[in-house]
Amino acid sequence: MPKDEIKQTFRLVGTRPDRPDGLDKVTGRARYGADFSAPGMLWASVVRSPHAHARIKKIDASKALALEGVKAVVTRADFPEVPAGEYWDLQENTIAGERALYDGHAVAAVAATSQLIAHDAARLIEVEYEILPHVTDVDEAFKMDAPVIREGAADYSVPEGSPPNVVKVLDFGRGDVEAGFASADLVKEGHYTTEATHQGYIEPHACVGQLGSDGKGEMWVCTQGHWYIRRMCAGVLGIEAANLRVTASEIGGGFGGKTTIFMEPLSLALSRKSGGRPVKLVMSRAEVLRATGPTASASMDVKIGMTKDGKLTAATAVFRMQGGAFTGSPVDAALNCAFACYELPAVHHLGYDILANRPKAAAYRAPGAPMAAFAVENLLDEMWGELGLDPLDARMMNAAKEGTKSSYGPTFKRIGFEETLEAAKAHKNLSVKLGPNQGRGVAAGFWFNYNGDTSVSLAVAEDGTAQVSVGTPDIGGSRASIALMVAETLGIEYEDVRVSVVETGALGVNEPTHGSRATFATGKAAVEAAESAIKDMCRRAAKKWGIDEDAVEWVDGAARPAGPNAGKFPPLSIVEIAAKMSSTGGPIAGHYEGNPPGVGESFGTHVVDVEVDPETGRTEILRYLVVQDAGRAIHPSYVEGQYQGGAVQGIGWALNEEYVYGADGRLQNPVFLDYRIPVASDLPMIDTVIVEVPNPGHPYGVRGVGETGITPPLPAVANAIAAATGIRMHSLPISPSKLLAAMNAKRKG
Amino acid sequence: MSKIHVTTTVNGDTVEFLADPRETLLDCLRDKLGLTGSKEGCGTGDCGACSVTVDGVLVSSCLVLGVEAQGKSVTTIEGMDKDGELHPLQRHFVEKAALQCGFCTPGFLVAAKALLDKNPDPTETEVRYWLAGNLCRCTGYDKIVRAVMDAAAEMRG
Repeated sequence: MPKDEIKQTFRLVGTRPDRPDGLDKVTGRARYGADFSAPGMLWASVVRSPHAHARIKKIDASKALALEGVKAVVTRADFPEVPAGEYWDLQENTIAGERALYDGHAVAAVAATSQLIAHDAARLIEVEYEILPHVTDVDEAFKMDAPVIREGAADYSVPEGSPPNVVKVLDFGRGDVEAGFASADLVKEGHYTTEATHQGYIEPHACVGQLGSDGKGEMWVCTQGHWYIRRMCAGVLGIEAANLRVTASEIGGGFGGKTTIFMEPLSLALSRKSGGRPVKLVMSRAEVLRATGPTASASMDVKIGMTKDGKLTAATAVFRMQGGAFTGSPVDAALNCAFACYELPAVHHLGYDILANRPKAAAYRAPGAPMAAFAVENLLDEMWGELGLDPLDARMMNAAKEGTKSSYGPTFKRIGFEETLEAAKAHKNLSVKLGPNQGRGVAAGFWFNYNGDTSVSLAVAEDGTAQVSVGTPDIGGSRASIALMVAETLGIEYEDVRVSVVETGALGVNEPTHGSRATFATGKAAVEAAESAIKDMCRRAAKKWGIDEDAVEWVDGAARPAGPNAGKFPPLSIVEIAAKMSSTGGPIAGHYEGNPPGVGESFGTHVVDVEVDPETGRTEILRYLVVQDAGRAIHPSYVEGQYQGGAVQGIGWALNEEYVYGADGRLQNPVFLDYRIPVASDLPMIDTVIVEVPNPGHPYGVRGVGETGITPPLPAVANAIAAATGIRMHSLPISPSKLLAAMNAKRKG
Repeated sequence: MSKIHVTTTVNGDTVEFLADPRETLLDCLRDKLGLTGSKEGCGTGDCGACSVTVDGVLVSSCLVLGVEAQGKSVTTIEGMDKDGELHPLQRHFVEKAALQCGFCTPGFLVAAKALLDKNPDPTETEVRYWLAGNLCRCTGYDKIVRAVMDAAAEMRG
């Protein structure tokens, strides 16, 4: 199919069948990370630092090892030395070396014959600490005299004389920013902060690891990407990747937080030390919050210039983000996304990746983009408001479109931002009249979308059904969307395609389900695999008919002579061809290994109505609209689900969620009661509009839908609160106490 | 510490297990009886993923001790379908795409069934408040609330 002639109507794509894993998941049969057990299995427990920053002077495990049922204790001494870089960072985060770097940092781990014995034994491991000065706040960590997290961690990009916790500096842009500001009628600056939040998946990390003295091992684990688990564990443990077979369990949410390793190498190291017995390690919620995830906290300065008509002339952003005690805050993506929605003649970005005594940041849905949007969309809303412009019209006037040179470099191909603005404007929610203490907020968001290493294998069974083996764990219905695309391509029924997420030994390398890539990349790979099986089947039909294989086409699940000149033969269906596979050349299969090109960017526009209680400062979400360009919604219900889930995570970030550190550097709220994610009674229905501007780089037009939806809610909610109260909040979360204090200050004048 | 012998009824079957007095009902269901449909999301009664009923009362099984199940009747997600026929809630959850990762789903189903057993015609607000003790991070609750309302409507006939 020529790429510029994407079909608009399909037999199956765009329908809403039951997901193939649905029955298992409503009956409790589906097996998640902690649901797996193996014969002879031990249980593990982890000893974690109660200090934000401390030298580990001594670890004494003798009492623990004396407890009946305890089989092994591991510390950093049980891990090989690895050179500086990704694997050193991962090893240091898996288990502390000379120093504990954050509250919750693993220091030792123990395996025993039961979970209770393991927990008892962990309490018997004595660790002697020398407490060191610590820093958890991003702006404090940026100071010249801040406690130093790690000497020598800065890379080449950091100029001499920078604050000691700066490990990476980004500095890029284009156009003449000063001339842009000089030509503006209105120039404004703002300072914005966001607190760290956690991905908040309901399933804690869990695995069963087994590693023998022969260096061969297996792992069962909840993860977004089991090839990453394999590669990272191998790197941290000094074993060969191919000797570790990793099976992904069903996954209870990830949102980016399960794209890396945390405690998985501990279970393998404990297994190796206890004679190769399998070791199960399941985190508690407090361990999840203290030692996994989260995202960065951010301190941001934005400056924007515009004409009196609201047309942007120039913009600058200076972002400081701490991503814990390791390099890797999402400041780069934050900068790249900051102004991506708009046409800008001149733009400059400056970013600092900063170390602090907090857990190592992991990816969280559109990493960096929500914070950037909070700052930029907040200031834009303020400025367009000052000029008396409609927020949707003003965005339309400045919207990035096909041919726009993006703020971060590439020139956009066909994108659908304008279409989302139009659809938002036409939605019924926009005509609802608001009452006292109510306000409406608009914001836009962007995510690049992504391809990544992808391997898929497809095989036709003897009865003409198809099995598809993929390596991207199904978090939100991807088996259904891949089965729809394969069935559409092969011309068979959806129910006749079974998609399985297979272990690392069964396919080439796959990157995780991340970056909104599964339906795009795995989907495209599966379609390519189906096309190559079709080609094989056409070849077999051509041979049977004695005609040239180019004279055979595949239509509606059958090989047919292509046109009258090819000859007159009745169609050969996939069922007929499959039944004869053994005598016509053997098994019929297709596969794809590659990094599928043709990624299509995704834009969204959100509109939220809120009501603020003037007595308590509590913000209630009255109605919420998500409009986003999916490219093509393969299974619209799961596209809507991504929009709704992203919006609600963003609402949580805007209103409730934050990491609260005490003066002692300890996390104050490591339970769901205090780290409060949105609950059903906090919310209305979340309205969605799926815009479809097909991505020319995908056979069915898919862009990817997971990430963008979390980006606009932060500023949309803040903008709505500004409309309701006249107070522009520059700091998240906009908790009732914070907003009430601001309202009281305003009342006092 | 010596273990205590517990005899109880789970999903209609009489079962026995030895429980350490510190073990939760959730631990016993999952690790001793192999009923892993009930999930631990928090262990502190905040997320509802471990929801079961004990003598008809909806509880977080992570906050009940295993030994407390002695002589009681426990119903878990594994007991929700009847001989393979799904409860209308289960069917509506699949048909309405009310789950994404599915980890919180067993808890939501058990809690929603407890609601409909008490109140066959709940308003949207009643559904939202009843289910406020069940956390879902994937869906934003929209499709869950709709599935519960639709199942209730179907069950009312």
